[in-house]
Amino acid sequence: MATELTQLSAAEIAAAVASGATSAVEVTQAHLDRIIAVDEDVHAFLYVAGLGALAAAEDVDRKRAAGEPLGPLAGVPLALKDVLTTKDMPTTCGSKILEGWQPPYDATITERLRQAGVVILGKTNMDEFAMGSSTENSAFGTSHNPWDLSRVPGGSSGGSSAAVAAYEAPLGIGTDTGGSIRQPAAVCGIVGMKPTYGGSSRYGLVAFASSLDTPGPLTRTVLDAALLHEAISGHDWRDSTSVDAPVPPVVAAARQADVSGLRIGVVAEFSGEGYQAGVLARFNESVELLESLGAKVVEVSCPHFTYALPAYYLVAPSECSSNLARFDAMRYGLRIGDDGVASADEVMSVTREAGFGAEVKRRIMLGTYALSSGYYDAYYGKAQQVRTLICRDFDAAFEQVDVLISPTTPTTAFPIGERADDPLAMYLADLCTIPSNLAGNAAISVPCGLAPEDGLPVGLQVMAPALADDRTYLVAAALEAALEQRWGGPLLAQAKGLAR
Amino acid sequence: MACMSITRDEVAHLARLSRLALSDAELEHLAGQLDQIISAVARVQEVAAEGIPPMTHAVPVVNVFRDDTEVLCLTPEQALSGAPAEEQGRFRVPRILTED
Repeated sequence: MATELTQLSAAEIAAAVASGATSAVEVTQAHLDRIIAVDEDVHAFLYVAGLGALAAAEDVDRKRAAGEPLGPLAGVPLALKDVLTTKDMPTTCGSKILEGWQPPYDATITERLRQAGVVILGKTNMDEFAMGSSTENSAFGTSHNPWDLSRVPGGSSGGSSAAVAAYEAPLGIGTDTGGSIRQPAAVCGIVGMKPTYGGSSRYGLVAFASSLDTPGPLTRTVLDAALLHEAISGHDWRDSTSVDAPVPPVVAAARQADVSGLRIGVVAEFSGEGYQAGVLARFNESVELLESLGAKVVEVSCPHFTYALPAYYLVAPSECSSNLARFDAMRYGLRIGDDGVASADEVMSVTREAGFGAEVKRRIMLGTYALSSGYYDAYYGKAQQVRTLICRDFDAAFEQVDVLISPTTPTTAFPIGERADDPLAMYLADLCTIPSNLAGNAAISVPCGLAPEDGLPVGLQVMAPALADDRTYLVAAALEAALEQRWGGPLLAQAKGLAR
Repeated sequence: MACMSITRDEVAHLARLSRLALSDAELEHLAGQLDQIISAVARVQEVAAEGIPPMTHAVPVVNVFRDDTEVLCLTPEQALSGAPAEEQGRFRVPRILTED
């Protein structure tokens, strides 16, 4: 029974707990056992809250026994990215500067998960302060791709994506600033959704680039992503950029799974040189499949998308250099060099030097440069104008089509170490995902097969206008159903490693 | 504006502004990498963007206020719970002024 429980989807677990076929405690124990069995190899978790998880599960079981109403995800275990604050678990952001920090409050996402009866198993590994595409920038070691342990699980939400792909949890929460949910989902063969900016609260999400950061779900099925999306979404007065609008009907769309008559645009710019042959082959097959399901597919040009990557690497580091100024060794986190003689300024500089890793320092320096007087107009100012042009490309495209699609990533999971000291090569992993962050709209990644040359998962990205998140679920769910029929089961069933 | 290569002195200045006590080896390594990255991101300057308004944020929200109701905030103990050093219920920090 224990193995079977970890194979279930979140929707199936919730139904089994609600009906009494199993208990939340049994489900939680099965996943804790799975973590013990495989996480030494996967290294998805930075902290496992065994007792806390079992207590949360007991609470769900007690409510059920008392006949109290249970939410649609009550009793389902979840892996939480270590960038969201938790008052009963440390929050490190994968950084030495926050090692051992115990926040005094819960993030809104954390709070909503607890209220929904979701069982938080622990905190997952990530690139330091969410800067990276591989988890190699974590100060606490690299996570491994469950399909092939010598490969990266993507990033920055690589811990959560690896945990979900390795059946350590059916649900994961990630955050997406330039692709940090969708890219790891794609390379781990799972589903990852970046909601519309402001659709999910940033309160208690340790800020990297505030105008881009968006929390969202990582799951093995499209329906599970929609259920988790709905559970964490909605207006939050504590986040001044939270959208005060109804949550899009994502669960209904995931159940509807119908693309007949839907107008789908293939982004012309995301193909050709730099794209792995097997990625394009799987993508093109999926396009044909969507057509056979009744969608009207056309090619759409978004000429400024080719400038999204350079614009992002000015906007995001600029915001990061400002946001990370809060790590000043004064109120929380690491402080070193305080010998009673050194000044606050010196202690700050020595602490930040010791506490931040190479990529974080690079981005702080780059952002400081882009914002310096004399360079501001040529770099940050220009990048902000490009951001407007990218939004206009989206607006023009969405007049012709209902959604846009592209490969999620140009390549499959790359070997650990391959791009570790080549920042520009690493940045290319987010080539296709960045436009949706800059525009603040909704985008999902759904598995669309294995690249024949390496047998690794390929993701297909669906982008929709802001607050039309439900459209991405319509397409992702329809494609998932059609592909699983073709494959004779989920993609993860084809994995040879720990992803099964 | 033409993109110019970044000098080691400039990198040292940026490190100072960023409050990062970088080692000499790091300065050297970063100068090369930043130069490469800046050349790559300078591609945004190719875009014809005259008269295009800058975009700072995806959601056009202004003057966001919450309801004027009392809500609980952190207690002093909670606020100090992560302090590297505290004294008499306050954050203790290294000296801020230099002795002249």
